[in-house]
Amino acid sequence: MDEGRPIFVQIAEQIENDVISGALPEETQVPSTNEFAAFLRINPATAAKGVNLLVDEGILYKKRGIGMFVAEGAKARVVAKRREKFQTEYVRPLVEEAAKLGISQSQLTEMIRKEDSE
Amino acid sequence: MTTIVQVTGLSKRFGRFTAVDDASFSIEENRIYGLLGRNGAGKTTIMQLLTGQDFPTEGEISVFGNRPAENAAVLQNVCFIKESQRYPDDFTAKHVFEAAPWFFPNWDSEFAARLISDFRLPLKRRIKKLSRGQTSAVGVIVGLASRAPLTFFDEPYLGLDAVARQTFYDRLLEDYAEHPRTVVLSTHLIDEVANLLEHVIVIDDGKIIIDSDADALRGSATTVAGLASAVDGFVAGREVLHRETIGGFASVTVGPLDAAARASAAEQGLELSPVSLQQLIVRTTTGSESEWEDKS
Repeated sequence: MDEGRPIFVQIAEQIENDVISGALPEETQVPSTNEFAAFLRINPATAAKGVNLLVDEGILYKKRGIGMFVAEGAKARVVAKRREKFQTEYVRPLVEEAAKLGISQSQLTEMIRKEDSE
Repeated sequence: MTTIVQVTGLSKRFGRFTAVDDASFSIEENRIYGLLGRNGAGKTTIMQLLTGQDFPTEGEISVFGNRPAENAAVLQNVCFIKESQRYPDDFTAKHVFEAAPWFFPNWDSEFAARLISDFRLPLKRRIKKLSRGQTSAVGVIVGLASRAPLTFFDEPYLGLDAVARQTFYDRLLEDYAEHPRTVVLSTHLIDEVANLLEHVIVIDDGKIIIDSDADALRGSATTVAGLASAVDGFVAGREVLHRETIGGFASVTVGPLDAAARASAAEQGLELSPVSLQQLIVRTTTGSESEWEDKS
């Protein structure tokens, strides 16, 4: 767990990561909030908050009396959301750090190409 | 949300010494609270007042809708595990666990038996002869297996090793999930329990200085480090919780920063780092008195 950010946001991100990677395929059941809480050693109310965040975004849905499931189209939704943030969270700091170190745009492009081909 | 404890204007003085100073707060049903603060801040006194073991000098306490002092109807729903509980001289742990159901209607002897084996507690040895950690384990087991609707743990784990403390946290979370109840945990080991807490109350010098959801506290402070002149320019006009300098460098802890402030700090080459709950509390409880008055 990362200290500076609310835990429920981090729980939601972890579940999203599992949805993107395919570890949690669409229409499968996700662990209960109590299972999340016990496994991650966090307060169950915090785990529930993280899960509910994803319910609000239509990534998880509740089957009454059974539990939480990954919604149809959840993967596409998570990917779309992450792409929106990619510019500000990854590209901008990368470009800023490159500028600080005097790395030119073409050198940066070359570095990305090299990483990609590996 | 049901409020089960309501404290209004509570003060407790011992002669000239004020242990609790005009404290007001409430406790909601089925949450895990952290009651945090330095030694002598007033944590234990507050818990003693809430469990009817002492009388307030001023103010009102309502627990389950009634005054707790000498009120059996309230106290049978309350379990208070003290830092150094004393037991009769010839008592063994077995005697304690056999007596517990008389006081706690929700006592679960199967759960107690499981905890006894988890903590490897010898039942037939006299408590006087147990190690410090084993004596603490007796209290922890009583606190968990009693399943009281309102349970206080006051520094429950003196002498417990890291493995036993983890067992305590794990069993507490598991059992709380199945049998929700209100738990108030008072401890110095803030980092260890930070993720278990839903709500945090911090007391310093008898006064409540933080009363907030644990999630809201995370990210509520940030440390800004860099050249002293740049740091000072950046924090000007902000609430400063803590300040350290080394030569021309400064490291200053301030309140929450929005995205624009973060971006501007990054442009000025300032380092931002998050502040853990433990650091936040250390920094908010080491200030001088006058600093506190400015803030309240």
